[in-house]
Amino acid sequence: MAKIKIDEIRCKGCYLCITSCPQGLIKVSDRLNIKGTKPARFKGGKCTGCSMCAIICPDCIIQVYR
Amino acid sequence: MRKSNQKPVTRNQKKKKINKSQVENLIFSRPRSMRDVEMHYCAGCGHGLVHRLICETIDELGIRERTIGVAPVGCAVIAYDYWDFDVTEAAHGRTPAVATGIKRVRPESIVFSYQGDGDLAAIGTAEIIHTANRGENITVIFVNNGVYGMTGGQMAPTTLAGQVTDTTVEGRNLKRDGYPLKILEMMAVLPGAKYLERTSVHSPQEVLRTKRAIKKAFQTQIDNRGFSMVEVLAMCPTYWGMSPIKSADRIKNEVSTFYPIGVVKSY
Repeated sequence: MAKIKIDEIRCKGCYLCITSCPQGLIKVSDRLNIKGTKPARFKGGKCTGCSMCAIICPDCIIQVYR
Repeated sequence: MRKSNQKPVTRNQKKKKINKSQVENLIFSRPRSMRDVEMHYCAGCGHGLVHRLICETIDELGIRERTIGVAPVGCAVIAYDYWDFDVTEAAHGRTPAVATGIKRVRPESIVFSYQGDGDLAAIGTAEIIHTANRGENITVIFVNNGVYGMTGGQMAPTTLAGQVTDTTVEGRNLKRDGYPLKILEMMAVLPGAKYLERTSVHSPQEVLRTKRAIKKAFQTQIDNRGFSMVEVLAMCPTYWGMSPIKSADRIKNEVSTFYPIGVVKSY
């Protein structure tokens, strides 16, 4: 089962990963991080490990495991 | 005194049982030549993406030990804090001149210059054109976002007609401000320029295409063919005054219609 890890402390909240996920498995977190932005959060589910979110992430904070 | 054949006692003496179905392979993470620090760029800025693509390319080509980058003046002025290979800094717009000097003194090095549109298309137009015309064997990565980012969002030569910036509050007026500058098409007529391509970073597919273009540009230099340059259309959500997702849509719908994506010149 594939999964991703998002470094929520460093996330600046551009949400480009949310629009690029073909399965729609990333959402906006309910909690604020230390920057005061709501980071992107992995919901879990049927991640295929396509790495689209990590490829588009401008801050390189997403790791993909498969 | 401990006997020499006595093994030191450790906590985890028992071997952990590993279930093969649970083994996870890390298939995507930060490239090795990119430092593990937080970048200062705004949310959704294209610079971070291009930094990462350069690092991935350098790792894949195995040229990290002999690469020398030249950082510009602009938003990417402290790019040397994010790259874990040799980087130097140049005066505003003079990056290709500094890269020329480094390449001529150390021809075995892989030299690239990283520039924005205020740096390359405004103050450094003379340097870039003459470097390309001399056919210097360097690679130029040109990040075009259409505004002056570091100084507060003023109009750049590459700003599109009608685009609102700090100095063109009613949109760029072509009669007063002139026309947007297409650097790559301008340089395609120079015989010294060997490989010119324009790409974008507004979607994962385009990011992968940008990576292929950057890799081919570096390969052009490794093969001693001559001057290579990749123009990357990047987002500036802060000074375009829109969200990062809308900025990506703007590149797709507006910017890439004026600056067509594709290979402009190839050997």
